[in-house]
Amino acid sequence: MANGDGRTGLLERVQEKTTELMDRVRGSQFVESVLRPGSPFKKGYTDSPRNRSYVIMNNVLYHLHPVKVKRHGVKLSYTLCLGGLSFFLFILLTITGIFLMFYFAPTADRAYADVQALSTDVAFGSLVRNMHRWGAHLMVLTVFLHMSRVFYHGAYKPPREFNWVVGVILLLLTLLLSFSGYLLPWDQLALWAVTVGTNMAGFVPVFGTQVKFALLAGVEVTAATLLRFYVLHVLFLPFIIVIFMAVHFWRVRKDGGISGPL
Amino acid sequence: MVEIPEELLRRSAEAKAKALGLPVEQVLAEMKGEKPPAEAERPAEAPPGTVPVPGRDPSEQVEAIMSAPEEEPQPEAPQPATPTPSAPTPSQEAEPQTAPAAETEPAGAAVATAVEEEEPTPPPAGNGARKATLVEPRPVAPPKGAPEGVRTQRLLTVVKARAIQQVKAEPADKVNTWPHLMLNEFVALLVMTGFLLILSVILQAPLLEPANFNLTPNPSKAPWYFLGLQELLSYFDPQIAGVTVPTVIGLIGFMMIPYVDRNPSTKPSDRKFAIMLYTFFLAGSATLTILGVLFRGQGFNFSYPWRDGVFFDDLKDWIHFTE
Repeated sequence: MANGDGRTGLLERVQEKTTELMDRVRGSQFVESVLRPGSPFKKGYTDSPRNRSYVIMNNVLYHLHPVKVKRHGVKLSYTLCLGGLSFFLFILLTITGIFLMFYFAPTADRAYADVQALSTDVAFGSLVRNMHRWGAHLMVLTVFLHMSRVFYHGAYKPPREFNWVVGVILLLLTLLLSFSGYLLPWDQLALWAVTVGTNMAGFVPVFGTQVKFALLAGVEVTAATLLRFYVLHVLFLPFIIVIFMAVHFWRVRKDGGISGPL
Repeated sequence: MVEIPEELLRRSAEAKAKALGLPVEQVLAEMKGEKPPAEAERPAEAPPGTVPVPGRDPSEQVEAIMSAPEEEPQPEAPQPATPTPSAPTPSQEAEPQTAPAAETEPAGAAVATAVEEEEPTPPPAGNGARKATLVEPRPVAPPKGAPEGVRTQRLLTVVKARAIQQVKAEPADKVNTWPHLMLNEFVALLVMTGFLLILSVILQAPLLEPANFNLTPNPSKAPWYFLGLQELLSYFDPQIAGVTVPTVIGLIGFMMIPYVDRNPSTKPSDRKFAIMLYTFFLAGSATLTILGVLFRGQGFNFSYPWRDGVFFDDLKDWIHFTE
């Protein structure tokens, strides 16, 4: 089996060389400077409680997670990861949204053609648009389910009352984000769904007409509404929701982490 | 009892020895040895001949001093200073703190303290009215005019015995975030990405004809998350379905849940009513949304999706009842 032996020898040599190269790279000054102490990608990382703490403590993730969490909080069956998935969907929507922004002009004469071109002319354009749309629907769903999960666990009780309020605001902002994106394709579905939706805003007592006027930039859906919804959708509402998300995540930690088991 | 540092103990003993006219070593031995420090310090406050009053727990007095700043912020301070003829000099700082504190203490502690302090200086008329005024003469008690500052310092030592902030952290069963939580999250993230990718490959997002202001589609429907409301609008006045339900119940009502639900328990068995209400809300909104999405056809009239088809463009590629 000379052939087989030769292959094994080659494999071994390749493996050896790869390990050597990886060690060189991981030991280089540049990589050393990028990775903070305790990073699992650092050369010579060993799995110890100290290093496990360092992974979180010396990491940008320290702002999201504490070094240690309650054991029951890790169970998937407790949270179903709904809050985390909502946040992840938000990130995914931001990424796909930025991609879409490259190919979209929020004017009445170009919007529809641009969306159409996404499906035909742009590489992965159709896929990214689909991901953005279904992801948005999913996010409304996960945020809502997250709220239901929190309610059924009674996790809004002291000291977490205010974080529940922040959460309700986040749900509202999620709905508004989704709704403002609905108009952008500028097709019949978008136009009339937004017409129906904003008609409801007109029933707000006292300020009804004003609210509707501010939303639509006029008395009915026009080209100006498209620009208004676009700015709301890509700039204003994401800006607001990120602030509220920061408060939300921060309060989760400050209020004692995830709530106790039932 | 927390260990008091040697030098603090010594300083305290020196002051006490000076006040009582005893040798320092004896006082120090007394403080360290046979008697606990709190017990030993009492002669400094009361005159040497005083019989210790049974039932007066020294720790109670310590408690009173400790709690002085945080309970009543001395509303009574001027009052106790007035009635006593043998009133201490105003410079005595311990006094205004002690007086209101003793008042806020349970009656037993305050009276016990008072009785003891009463003996050396007979109280003037009107003293019995307030327990605080009974306590008040205490600073006069040391016979040889011990310097006030020294005593205050000694009390500080006692306060140190119990931390002001009581750390109540209970040991919890915890695991490292890395890798236990991070791995879970990463898997969830991958699953979600995979799911969304597959969904997006299979299902095409709807894109109808270009927007046309002159052509109203029949029916026109809101996005699905507002279709429950649109469904409500077909039953009720817009003022109710369009305003009251979404803003008052939907928004303000939900924000107020933690402030309305005063039940501290998180056990499902203790929260039957809350869970019932929320489940009712869930079922109601789900029903309304499904009705609005699937069972509303031309003119937003009731229709069966299997008979008339689905009038909801987001779902057109998803569900096919009729070909």
